[in-house]
Amino acid sequence: MAKKNIQPAAAAAQSVYTPVPGDFELLHRRDIRTDANFASQSYWKGVFTHFFKNKRAVVGLIIITVIILLALFGPIMNSYDYKDIVQFRNEKNKRVVAKGIAPRIPGLHKLLTGEEYDDSFKDLTFLFGTDDLGRDLWTRTWYGARVSLAIAFITIFIDMIIGMSYGLISGYFGGLADNIMQRFVEIANSVPRLVIVSVLAIFMPKGMALVVVALLLTEWIGMSKIARAEMLKIKEQEYVLASRTLGARNSHIIFREILPNTIGPIITQVMFSIPTAIFTEAFLSFVGVGIVLPHCSVGTLIEDGFNNITTLPYQILPPIIVLALLMLGFNFIGDGLREALAPKLEDM
Amino acid sequence: MLKYVLKRVGLALITLLIIVFLLFWLVRVMPGNPFPSERMNDIQIANKRAEMGLDDPVLVQFARYIIKALQGDFGNGTSLYYGVPINTVLSKAIGNSFRIGGIAIVIGTLIGLLLGITAALNRGKFLDGFCTVFSIIGVCVPSYVFLIFLQYNFAFRIPFFPYFFDPNRFVFSSVLPSLSLSLFTMSTIARFTRNEMVEVFDSDYVRLAESKGMYGRTLVLRHVLRNALIPIVTVLAPLVVDLLTGALVVEKIYGINGIGKLMVDAITGEGIDYNYVLALGILYSALYIGVMLAVDLLYGVLDPRIRVAAKGEEA
Repeated sequence: MAKKNIQPAAAAAQSVYTPVPGDFELLHRRDIRTDANFASQSYWKGVFTHFFKNKRAVVGLIIITVIILLALFGPIMNSYDYKDIVQFRNEKNKRVVAKGIAPRIPGLHKLLTGEEYDDSFKDLTFLFGTDDLGRDLWTRTWYGARVSLAIAFITIFIDMIIGMSYGLISGYFGGLADNIMQRFVEIANSVPRLVIVSVLAIFMPKGMALVVVALLLTEWIGMSKIARAEMLKIKEQEYVLASRTLGARNSHIIFREILPNTIGPIITQVMFSIPTAIFTEAFLSFVGVGIVLPHCSVGTLIEDGFNNITTLPYQILPPIIVLALLMLGFNFIGDGLREALAPKLEDM
Repeated sequence: MLKYVLKRVGLALITLLIIVFLLFWLVRVMPGNPFPSERMNDIQIANKRAEMGLDDPVLVQFARYIIKALQGDFGNGTSLYYGVPINTVLSKAIGNSFRIGGIAIVIGTLIGLLLGITAALNRGKFLDGFCTVFSIIGVCVPSYVFLIFLQYNFAFRIPFFPYFFDPNRFVFSSVLPSLSLSLFTMSTIARFTRNEMVEVFDSDYVRLAESKGMYGRTLVLRHVLRNALIPIVTVLAPLVVDLLTGALVVEKIYGINGIGKLMVDAITGEGIDYNYVLALGILYSALYIGVMLAVDLLYGVLDPRIRVAAKGEEA
């Protein structure tokens, strides 16, 4: 057995113990497994291998990458603008607006049905169609995704910094400081998010700032809790004591020595907070206190779609699918990260 | 145990009081004033302010408000429902919201538990996969999107259910909103139950029970489910609050006169109604803290270890 331990990882993966006739007979049940020995590898390398072995996590990563790319480059893929109405003058010099056109790709349509469109827009391609005012939905959907993602990333990043510092400091100093800081968190955590939003809506004009502040005020709490829990686990370890003995300042110990070791769980929490942020933004925009015209986000697009659902039912589909895929992707990545950071014996 | 309960209740009440005071104070420092200045001169305004007690310290005003609020008097609406006492509007709205939310909770929890248990018992088989896909969809799509979908298909294209909520046909017209609200609960509960049960199935004590020859219903119900239920209660609590109060968009879309719709109206409606925001804020916070407290206490009932630990704390 000792020999097996020092085998390189690649060979070790196949070195599952194979029974010889002299042995006991293996019980052929799927839930009973034989042990395998692996060579040791660095922590982050292990996390990465584990993450990429997880099918779901990879699917999530692909979904998110594709959506981010489309959000970045989707709006410039065609000549329409997200806030402009598609219109031109036809042969009779009459102004025509491309209002409420269902998704169409002229070439594909001809290929499938053998006939051309016979309206004024016969040569135009609208992958997702146009809305009731005549704006191209492909452009708007990806522009909206861009806005939603930008809000989520920026707020969650700031929340991460606030929550992490708060939790680490609270956990590190303990005692009275911790007590006071935790009472504050408890109270802040007992205020429903909606109440915060409603009070904010009194103070601030509706718009992107309202969404951002609402998210800033609520999402840091979860991060701070996780950072504090990690801090309590780590601060008793010997290397912290060693650092203190060598005369390191508190800020050095907290942010240079301990923070790098808490980063894993915090990133996992970030991955779960981003969908929450997107959800909240969509909700606020749907209700009408979020993003204002002429800008759009996933939420306002869903609202537009809902308002026109009886006449232009296709309009609501793209933003809903994008929203659902974003949720799915980030949740998959979060799950994958969590498993990769704290693998259970069973998943090995 | 009693001391533990009292301590928790006391803490919850203090938290609630602090939150209500903050809300009250925020609304008081809000810009604007109740008297149109072009029609009244300074002396008249000063007299009116003194008459209404607006010059008293905030704490005195707060005490006055709390005493009135405890008697169920939250004042009158200012913009929306102008002049109508808030508690009459509120109590009607609470009734509607609670009934629809309640149905959603019951349906969601029951079906979610059933799905989760079946999935855990058929681990790795078709039903398990179905449960996973179902719960992923349920978590990824907001409930109002489900409602839009259901409304479009089963109230507009196939006009079977009413398109908008109709209080006269309560049961019939609450099918769509309750169903769409319950999907999130259902999928969350299903996923959690499944994962918890799988974990408990792998635990040593279940292995022991199994190796002693226990199987079937006794094993599942008494050893696995009972232990798997404990974490589920924690998940259920925020869901309950969300459903009782957070059906905002669903209520707005389906035209239900509930507290969610009131909240949306108070925020966005015709101008912002300070009194409503305050009353609804108090209601929401009270419900939220109340449910969290209930979970805390229920946890003690379900998990004897916590009860013992609490006793140890007292000693």
